[in-house]
Amino acid sequence: MSSQAPAADVLRLPEDALRDVRRAHAPFPIDRVALWSVTAAVMGGFAYICAVNPNFGWPVIAQYFFDPTVLKGLSVSLGLTAVAMVIGVALGLVVAVARMSNDKLASSLASLFIWFFRGAPLLVQLIFWYNLSTLFPKISIVIPFGPTLASWDTNALISPLTAAIIGLSLNEAALMAEIIRGGLLSVDKGQTETAQAFGMTRTRALGRIIIPQAMKAIVPPTGNQLISMIKATSLVSVIAMADLLYSVQSIYNRTFEVIPMLLVAVFWYLLITSILNVGQGAIERHYNRSDRGDAGAPARKTEA
Amino acid sequence: MTVQPLVRARNVHKAFGQNEVLKGIDLDVAPGEVVVILGPSGSGKSTFLRCINHLEAIDQGSIEVDGEQIGFHLENGRLNRLPERKIAVQRRKIGMVFQQFNLYQHMTALQNVVEAPIGVHHQKPEEAYRAGRELLARVGLADKEQAYPRQLSGGQQQRVAIARALAIRPRLMLFDEPTSALDPELVGEVLATMRDLASQGLTMIVVTHEISFAREAADRVIFMDGGLVIEQGPPEEVLAAPRHPRTRSFLSRFV
Repeated sequence: MSSQAPAADVLRLPEDALRDVRRAHAPFPIDRVALWSVTAAVMGGFAYICAVNPNFGWPVIAQYFFDPTVLKGLSVSLGLTAVAMVIGVALGLVVAVARMSNDKLASSLASLFIWFFRGAPLLVQLIFWYNLSTLFPKISIVIPFGPTLASWDTNALISPLTAAIIGLSLNEAALMAEIIRGGLLSVDKGQTETAQAFGMTRTRALGRIIIPQAMKAIVPPTGNQLISMIKATSLVSVIAMADLLYSVQSIYNRTFEVIPMLLVAVFWYLLITSILNVGQGAIERHYNRSDRGDAGAPARKTEA
Repeated sequence: MTVQPLVRARNVHKAFGQNEVLKGIDLDVAPGEVVVILGPSGSGKSTFLRCINHLEAIDQGSIEVDGEQIGFHLENGRLNRLPERKIAVQRRKIGMVFQQFNLYQHMTALQNVVEAPIGVHHQKPEEAYRAGRELLARVGLADKEQAYPRQLSGGQQQRVAIARALAIRPRLMLFDEPTSALDPELVGEVLATMRDLASQGLTMIVVTHEISFAREAADRVIFMDGGLVIEQGPPEEVLAAPRHPRTRSFLSRFV
């Protein structure tokens, strides 16, 4: 329709050419320029005030930023985050599937797990795991009314590291279970039904059809969780794990440069979360690729 | 006794809560037969179709497909319920096409078609991809193999869904109102594809509102109302000279 030439009897005015919207000029964005300038001035001014303020102790920050103690603490924080997150996601998936199962036993157990490990404060959970030996001095595997197969001293099993990993992973699993469940519920029920009609087993339908489509809803809150987790690892300093926060504390306990050392930790946390944000964006783009409307665009190669 | 029926339904009852949807359906479908089920909304025709491959469990009666009772196993007079994974195996010879297409949204057209052949039927990937391309060409979509479902029109999506169902080389094809979700101008392309299949000897059970398809492609028309089969026969009889008053009133709306 739009490509048709106008009929010959349409009245054309010389002004029509001048009114062609393609010639239009945008007004000078004076308000935007003003707002940008004011914002830049305020932010720049604040940055300058901070930069020249000796209380921030910039030289101290620079001196300790790559201090071996700090880097060791950083690696502990990152390691704990990675381990707790991997266990948390894997266990969370199992709990989410159990929670959604028709099996009453599985779904009740999953609900109980989520209720407890999501509800109790993480700090308390960590202290509990660390002090497990006060509750159960010995951990044994026994056959009821029969012999004891193996027995361990709880204190030998539970180090600060194992307590931190158990505490963080179980809490993370409970939170991830709800995120994953939400993602699985977001997938159209017809997809499950189709997989079923085509003779797929439940596991295969979940792995090939449901989870890949649920990822779109799972990834953004999981990114959130990961960032929370990096910061939550700072809680393990209460059970004497030398994480990033603990290591800067150990330095300022000696040097009394509290604010600069805390800023060292803050800058490291911000740096890590920035990197993670970039990674999350890439993952989200991957799972959104089927949403593009440009038919016929070269999609990724299908065959192996 | 002539040929053994491919589908054999006896006294099928199904209720959702208090709502009795199927009240005793008996039906035989011979191999190669094209059966079209017509009937008003709520007559139970879609439910019956979904019972055939056990997407819905029936409450009473029995349904056999190709000599197997889907979901159950009769041994020495004792009828055992089968576990989910065995039912999955039984379903693999039945293809199904849904009203809402239900293509896997995260896969391209070609990936949709080869998913079950490779993953469930353990075909060699190169063979499955070759067969998949042929099937997409057969439904007229050779140039769309890399397109994701959201990039296709409804009619194109439904033709991919048909290719996907054919890819498992089904003994029986079930069509659940395949054109009901389509814009009127897209219905024709899907019906043409289905007519093509009907003429090639595939056993098909089609639930639809398309009287013209029933007239041109069906070997037998079943008319359902209130959870029962109230009339059946060759299309030229049932459609041209319906005996039952409810068939007559239903058909009069389509003239």
